[in-house]
Amino acid sequence: MNLLKRGIVFAMLLAPVLCSAQLSIAGPVQAGAGAMLQAPGSGSATLYLFGPTGAIKRSVQRGTIAILGDDLKLAGRYTAILDGSSASFYVTAAPLARISFIARPSRVPAAASGAVLGSAFLFDRYQNLVLAPTPVTFRLGTDAATGEDRYSNSHNGVAWVQLNSGRSSGPAQFIASAGDVSVRRVVQQVAADPCAIRMNATRAADGSILVETAPIQDCSGNAVPDGTIVTFTSVDRAGRSTVDARIKRGFARAELPASSGATLSVAAGVVMGNEIHWGGGQ
Amino acid sequence: MNKILPALLIVLACALVAAATMHSSVLTPATTPEGAVQSLLNQIKTHDAAGAYRYVAKTSNTDEQEFAHDVFGDDGNLRTYSALQVFDTKVLRENDQEAAVRANLQWASAIGAVYDTRDLKVVREDNSWKVLWPVQARAKVPPQVIPVNYLRWDIVSRGADDDWGAQNVDAPRVRIISMNPVEKDGNFILLGEIENEDTVPGFVSVAATLIGKDGKTIGQEESFDKISHVLLPKEISPFRIDFPNMARERIASVHMQPNAMLVPASADPVMGVLHQTMQKDARGHPVLTGELVNQSGQTVNIPHVLATFYDNAGKVIWVADGYVDQSLAPLTPVPFTIALRDDLAPQIHSYRVTANQYSRDRTQ
Repeated sequence: MNLLKRGIVFAMLLAPVLCSAQLSIAGPVQAGAGAMLQAPGSGSATLYLFGPTGAIKRSVQRGTIAILGDDLKLAGRYTAILDGSSASFYVTAAPLARISFIARPSRVPAAASGAVLGSAFLFDRYQNLVLAPTPVTFRLGTDAATGEDRYSNSHNGVAWVQLNSGRSSGPAQFIASAGDVSVRRVVQQVAADPCAIRMNATRAADGSILVETAPIQDCSGNAVPDGTIVTFTSVDRAGRSTVDARIKRGFARAELPASSGATLSVAAGVVMGNEIHWGGGQ
Repeated sequence: MNKILPALLIVLACALVAAATMHSSVLTPATTPEGAVQSLLNQIKTHDAAGAYRYVAKTSNTDEQEFAHDVFGDDGNLRTYSALQVFDTKVLRENDQEAAVRANLQWASAIGAVYDTRDLKVVREDNSWKVLWPVQARAKVPPQVIPVNYLRWDIVSRGADDDWGAQNVDAPRVRIISMNPVEKDGNFILLGEIENEDTVPGFVSVAATLIGKDGKTIGQEESFDKISHVLLPKEISPFRIDFPNMARERIASVHMQPNAMLVPASADPVMGVLHQTMQKDARGHPVLTGELVNQSGQTVNIPHVLATFYDNAGKVIWVADGYVDQSLAPLTPVPFTIALRDDLAPQIHSYRVTANQYSRDRTQ
């Protein structure tokens, strides 16, 4: 078996050198399109065809030999051997049929510079990478009217782009298109860090301190999403009290223990808000 | 002979069963205050509530059920997953009628060893010594409806049959916002804080790898329970990674690895940490005390408190934690205490306490 393999490899390497003039193929060959092999002489012979996926063996008549498209689906180098004579040829990808589009990240803070990356991999209908330079259009926007377009030529089957995220939060459509083919991804643009947190405090009926923020927004005016942690702190003579409240419908509120004089503060992540000195009739 | 041996074995078995069942009824009265405490704790060790209760003074005004709940836990709290392992006692003062005995207890629990020190009052009652075991009456939550409409995050991930380029949801962005290596008692300890910078919750852990002077890995550890693992958006958690028996001179560099995973989560329960103060305990050691209040409607079974201590430059100088062995009923304050290192107390300028929770009926 090993001997047979070595024989085949030897034949593949030497045959094109020794016998290339005797077997020829006309024109460039496209994946799946089939090809015509010219073999001088007449009579039957055995054709071996070696390609990226394997080898086939077939009895043929010398002259013009048709190789079916099904046998040439994958792009790459093929070698045909016919009774000692051989020819090598390349099969190129068929026209673009599909785009594999990788968009990163799936969530991005609004108004972030160069934060969105898109890579488009261009394939034909047989999953061959289309290596010929192809113009690709990328578009990122929350609606049809606004957004950013970018054009790029593919290189070795890949086109990529780096874009700024938009200023408004919401699902942004990220589209890569080439020819008639287009692929859509969704990049969720979310509010960035809170810009300024303002809170106010009131006394509850039971004497405790009710603290509530104004609507919390990022610097582009997007509402910080619900569920975000906002920490309220009260420091008085009895000690320090903290409540990690969650933003609900744009606001965060909490109840801190009653105090005659306390310093109240608010923060979300590493962003501090205003401070209130509570007490003395305030 | 053939009949005598089985009969003897049956009689012996009956005697052994009787001895085992009579065990609790032959408890000897305590003749010394320390003996009373030791007998009570021995019964607790064998998980015999009735036996232990025989050493509880009537003047405690504690019924057997309250006593059993206090000692062996209820509501799925930490005490229900604990067993008294070791104890030692010491008489603090004693006269003819009453005494004070300090008991140092070590419980084996679901979260590891839990240490507790109790100063118990022992009184002479019915010609024997009995232990005063007052149980603080727990406030009963009145029947009410507590509206809870916090967010929940669910996740739909990419399917197995999707194209390889198809989009998936990314893990949350997390960032270590401070880190401080310290050495204490021959151990190397990494302290710091991590923030979930994203708008979705994450399951977070921090791993650290120590690289030696020869470029080889000499230690690898994770933050384990010295961190809040589930972080909601913009939530900050302290972390502490301990490398036992690791001298600082051996370490050339430290590689920190924050890990985050997108997980379904709920924004409740909200827990307030009230009246936090630094003070000294009965033995003169510094402790951080306060109260936890569960502002949601479901009981939190095992509350966990994490405290971050900062120096006057705002640097994290210690991270300590403590589990509370009571469950948190809705809107009912429960005290907590976190022990602190004696040498650190003077350096502490400020601190931040966060509450973490494990709830039996809440999977996420």
